[in-house]
Amino acid sequence: MSATILAGSLVAAQIMLVLAMAATAYRMIRGPRAQDRILALDAFYVNAMLLLVTFGIRTGTTLYFEVALAIGLLGFVGTVALAKFLMRGEVIE
Amino acid sequence: MSRILPYPALAAALLVMWLLLNQSVAPGQMLLGSIVGVLAALAMAALRPEKPRIRRLGLVLRLVALVTIDVARSNLAVARIVLAGGRREQTSAFLHVPLRLTDRHGLAVLACIVTATPGSAWLEYSPARSCVLIHVLDLIDEQQWIDTLTNRYETLLLEIFQ
Amino acid sequence: MSDMAEMPVAVAVLVGLLVVGGAALTAAGCLGLARLGTFYERIHAPTLGTSFGALLVLAGSAVYFTAGGGRLAVHEVLIFVFVSITTPVTLMLLAQAALHRDRAEGSDEVPPPIDSDAA
Repeated sequence: MSATILAGSLVAAQIMLVLAMAATAYRMIRGPRAQDRILALDAFYVNAMLLLVTFGIRTGTTLYFEVALAIGLLGFVGTVALAKFLMRGEVIE
Repeated sequence: MSRILPYPALAAALLVMWLLLNQSVAPGQMLLGSIVGVLAALAMAALRPEKPRIRRLGLVLRLVALVTIDVARSNLAVARIVLAGGRREQTSAFLHVPLRLTDRHGLAVLACIVTATPGSAWLEYSPARSCVLIHVLDLIDEQQWIDTLTNRYETLLLEIFQ
Repeated sequence: MSDMAEMPVAVAVLVGLLVVGGAALTAAGCLGLARLGTFYERIHAPTLGTSFGALLVLAGSAVYFTAGGGRLAVHEVLIFVFVSITTPVTLMLLAQAALHRDRAEGSDEVPPPIDSDAA
């Protein structure tokens, strides 16, 4: 019983997260400006991270959490670098 | 003390984070975490930022509770706006808010609170005029937003930091 | 998946509700990212996913692993603290970059710099 409830809700959550990723991907492709694309990329990272957490619950392994942390870190650094680039035209001042 | 360990709170926080990451309290991990914490604190001291002075720790907890409630409320509000679709009238606007808070750390915390709350974003701060530009997604009453910002958060932050 | 079947139904329902609720909030935020009209409106959308969206999903995971695995779940706390602290920083930087770019192009949709005139 509880296995069915868990599996069902996890699949539902994963479908919603994938739809969310599709929406951010649409914004990333559509633009219209560079800042929209970067904003969408940042949201994409967060969604991917949450999707990995749901995978972690499904398989019962903790390995996914480390991957999620790494994705969060890379997403943060990447977005900051891109925003900096937009502001000044250079990443390192 | 301050020469060897310039930022004790930062070093302690890094040690806790290290232990959480490794999920163990073995002596070896404690030692490694302490080394990381002390080295990071020394590196931070080389940058010489001014130290935050937190006056009243009890108020920090109250601020956290307040922010949690407000973020939960505005989460639902923004979700409703998004799901209502594009047929709503244009209500988003820029807003200038004058602030009394001048402490850098207090301003940083306020900026993070405003931006982390869905429905409002901190855009720009002018130290010369001590005025901030925010963008609000659902602006109904301008004065109400200014009051919320100054009475709810700024007063608390003033007591904590200044 | 082995310990899923042995879990009490109440815990399973709680985990399911938390995870689905968090995913729904995140999806609503990202839908807003695709739907809202201007950049400054869209900048509000991702915070749904990084505040309570992430909080609920990670809380579900923490409940699941604490109840089923015997391990006190702490990685989730780290992930949430990290996400909730970094997101405002990136959003503020992006907003400033966008303001800067719009002003450089002379767009009349954004207000002038606070210091320039009586704003």
